[in-house]
Amino acid sequence: MKAPSFAYERAESLARACALLHQHAGNARILAGGQSLIPALNLRLSQPDLLIDISQLNELRHITVTATELVVGALTRHADIERSADVKRLFPVLTQAAAQIAHPAIRNRGTMGGSIALADPAAEWPAATLALDMSLTLASERGERRVPADSFFKGIYETGMAQDEMLKSIHIPLPAAGTRSAFGELTRRSGDYAITGAFVTARKSGATLSATRIAFFGVAGQPLLARGAMAALDGTTGDAAAVARAQACLAADLDPIADLYNTPATKLHLSRVLLARLVAQLA
Amino acid sequence: MNAPVPGLKPTTYIGQDVPRPNAKRLLAGRGQYVDDIRLPRELHAAFVRSPHAHAKIVHLNLDAARKAKGVFWCGSGVDVARAVSPWVGVLTHFKGLKSAPQYAVALERATWQGEAVAVVVAQTRAQAEDAAQLVEVDYDPLPAVTNMETALDPATPVIHADLGDNLAFTRGVDTGGVQDVFAGAHLVVEDTFRFGRHTGVCLEPRAITADFNPSEQQLTVYLGNQAPHMMRDIFAKHLDLPESHVRVISRDVGGSFGIKVHVYPDEMAIAGIAKLLGRPIRYLADRLESFSTDIHAREHLVKAKLATDKDGRILAFELDDLTGIGPYSVYPRTSAVEGNQVVNLTGGPYDFKHYLANLKVVFQNKTPTCQYRAVGHPIAVAVTEGLVDLAAQKLRLDPAEFRRRNLIADDNYPYTSASGLKFEALSHHACLDKLLKLMDYKGLRAEQQALRAKGIHRGIGLAALIEVTNPSALFYGVGGARISAQDGCTLRLEPTGWVTALTGVTEQGQGTEGMIAQVVASAVGIPVEHVRVITGDTDVTPYGGGTWASRAAGIGGEAALMAGHTLKANILALAAAILTRDAAGLDLRAAQIVDAATGEVLLPLAEAARIGQYRPDTLPRAFQPELTVSRQYGQRDWPFVFTNGIQASYVEVDTDTGFVKLLKHWMVEDCGTIINPLLVDEQLRGGIAQGIGGALFEECLYDDTGQLLNATMADYLVPMAAEMPDMVIGHVCTPTKSSELGAKGAGEAGTAGAPAAVMNAINDALSTLSARVTEQPFTPERILRALGKV
Repeated sequence: MKAPSFAYERAESLARACALLHQHAGNARILAGGQSLIPALNLRLSQPDLLIDISQLNELRHITVTATELVVGALTRHADIERSADVKRLFPVLTQAAAQIAHPAIRNRGTMGGSIALADPAAEWPAATLALDMSLTLASERGERRVPADSFFKGIYETGMAQDEMLKSIHIPLPAAGTRSAFGELTRRSGDYAITGAFVTARKSGATLSATRIAFFGVAGQPLLARGAMAALDGTTGDAAAVARAQACLAADLDPIADLYNTPATKLHLSRVLLARLVAQLA
Repeated sequence: MNAPVPGLKPTTYIGQDVPRPNAKRLLAGRGQYVDDIRLPRELHAAFVRSPHAHAKIVHLNLDAARKAKGVFWCGSGVDVARAVSPWVGVLTHFKGLKSAPQYAVALERATWQGEAVAVVVAQTRAQAEDAAQLVEVDYDPLPAVTNMETALDPATPVIHADLGDNLAFTRGVDTGGVQDVFAGAHLVVEDTFRFGRHTGVCLEPRAITADFNPSEQQLTVYLGNQAPHMMRDIFAKHLDLPESHVRVISRDVGGSFGIKVHVYPDEMAIAGIAKLLGRPIRYLADRLESFSTDIHAREHLVKAKLATDKDGRILAFELDDLTGIGPYSVYPRTSAVEGNQVVNLTGGPYDFKHYLANLKVVFQNKTPTCQYRAVGHPIAVAVTEGLVDLAAQKLRLDPAEFRRRNLIADDNYPYTSASGLKFEALSHHACLDKLLKLMDYKGLRAEQQALRAKGIHRGIGLAALIEVTNPSALFYGVGGARISAQDGCTLRLEPTGWVTALTGVTEQGQGTEGMIAQVVASAVGIPVEHVRVITGDTDVTPYGGGTWASRAAGIGGEAALMAGHTLKANILALAAAILTRDAAGLDLRAAQIVDAATGEVLLPLAEAARIGQYRPDTLPRAFQPELTVSRQYGQRDWPFVFTNGIQASYVEVDTDTGFVKLLKHWMVEDCGTIINPLLVDEQLRGGIAQGIGGALFEECLYDDTGQLLNATMADYLVPMAAEMPDMVIGHVCTPTKSSELGAKGAGEAGTAGAPAAVMNAINDALSTLSARVTEQPFTPERILRALGKV
């Protein structure tokens, strides 16, 4: 289980990383935390010509609060997010989710940007970007552009990033007053990929929910907003009848695909159970 | 009368929590595993493995690989067969067992996905893997036999045409009149149990470095293995070398669980290539290869019945076991053993007379299966205990009470079971009593009831068991296997008074060395720190079987005890010569020669050893000190020395998700004399964890074409610490009289009973919901299905 040979360069700047990506379009991979890429190389599932190591680009490793958003540098480690007081204060679901990503050794190296850029359908962060309505700044030699997470994920390990682009930062709009959120996932062992997992956020005025966003992961080829379920809950108090309607919507919203151990029916059932539990937590 | 002189009293380490001497070294990263050993001029091997479960190898082109960077040698099955002769995994005591000749590298046909079809040797492993990608293999895929239930159907292709069919082995037991007993019984319960194929995942994968020295025709093999002497014999035989020209060295081994006690084709190929090339060849199975080539185990489909009278006394068991073993019976222990054990062990703890069993062992195009920790026990115990709980439920009897009525009485030994097993002395009732007390069974039942009213579904599962330990030659030797049924221990008194112990049993992380040191120190009368134990080198250690079938303590320990007694007697004879006293009045305590009656210190052992070694001229002319001794021990009183025990599991089932939370686990067992409680308890805990793995997590998943679907640590779920419950361990101690030490094995009882205990606990939790699961592992989906939710 040895990787095939590849060239390696440690990028000293974002500009250099972008230049290399441009030069080797399609044949280079960005090495950030390496928690998915290195196993893929060793399994010979990925055989790039060049690895562009961005691990020393400290300007990409930060958690910054502005007047309107929380900005997370793409190289920020899962463990940084897990431990960030700002994240915990503003987005406790992200703190909770960070603690569920694999195991501590992996969280110490793996990065939020890497997870989003890889777009593993079973990963937590891509779904979080949908639920929290994040946007992503992509960098390339051609300049920077900012894209909403909603339009970023295209399929299994597929994103809207061009071959010469890399993820620079993640932007999370600060929560409106009354925002409640919940996170949960069902794993057979602590640290496993979830059979199903979800982030739920909603604004609560009185007992009524609005602006409900529900993002699932681990159920389909990409993270998904459960739009039917969101609509079913909006304007309700999250009562049993509303939850039941939202649960019913998940069949069309998710259309789950089987994994090694679970049929689509099981994944749908578990997603429904999870949704009810998370909505209950919004109270 | 004078006050006694304050002297040294006899002491023993037997029964003491002595920390393992090797733990610190291993924790410090100073272990010497095969991959830590570097030899000059060594080359690295990589295998090309069949992507098909069953395929004809039409053409193999090695040209591009041969030209690749760093490549030294490439070979096909035919090339390797020049150095390694094929083998057939049969033994004569399994009557009718058949298998086909197996080659180190497949010749014309690959019979499972992962079987080696070519091998590349290069300067580095990466280069070897690069070149292996360049090997062109033209396969003609053949229909794969994957479903064991249809393996014997006339429409199913026969994997080995020469064998006539896919039936490897069959065995029946019929005590007579069993059908009549069932017909007349008050209650008959029956069920079908399925067991997922799984494997023992060792932290250190299989590893070998083989070095052949042509000038001496000497093969030295560094091998992660449990039975180095067995492997020496096999390398000699199949590489056509005199046995004395083969040395097998198994230093530190990172876990084994039965995985590293078999002949693996790739390891044989490496040894053969080393002989062909006259250079050291290194190979380490990577994790993908481990999953597809380490032996698998436990793929069983069992239909079973149990009959009772109106008082809940067991009258009869009936068992129909089907198991799939892959395309070959594994050499040399054979793949008939697991099914055979299921037949032998079912119903084992209980007093009943009538037994009808039928075993079918079939070939399939999947990874070969063979003996893995607790061979057959987890299946037999789950089937037995699953039926026992079902019967108790139907009779509205408490499961503990049902067992009390049926476990073999503690004063009813020796006892011969319905399947013909002979038990020397077991303690089922004492263990049951202790378990119920330890777990506060009544309190737990009350808690369960109270929570059930709140919609919380908790369950309590019991599982009584017996375990095969300390095997005699009846296990393998009588069938023609050249696997030693005895073990030796050689003790060497060093001039410092310290003792070097060489033992035939081996260490794979379970503490064998510590156990041997404790026995030797106790028998000789020296501090345990003064004993250095050497294992795992056929040029150095006494001939022996090694460590498997829970035999290291019972057999290796007894040999060490006998050697220790002998060395002590020799030391006292030396001391008597030095002191001009009668040896009978002397003793050796805490490395001091003392007056046996008073404990008065007469002479330090180091001084006696010094004189014995350097100044024999000062001793009487007729006296020759004997400072190196060897003793051997083979257990001959019983086919096996059985142990017994009982486990309990307490779980909570989330009936919405099908998730099982393990709340607590208890085990009371009887392994006779306990040499080191710490090691025994951790053996049991580790075994329970492994058993829980089979019950809840582990399964080698195959598709219909024989592709292994989950050959990574992300997809194959081993039990991990976060999910493990607290495990409370208790003991009852019935030493075996077959040895002076009285120790029985403790290596497998944890694994044997845990799946049954967990299964019964889940079913107890589900009992009010009319749901029941009998297919392991008990995944959330299977539990949800049983509940009718998916």
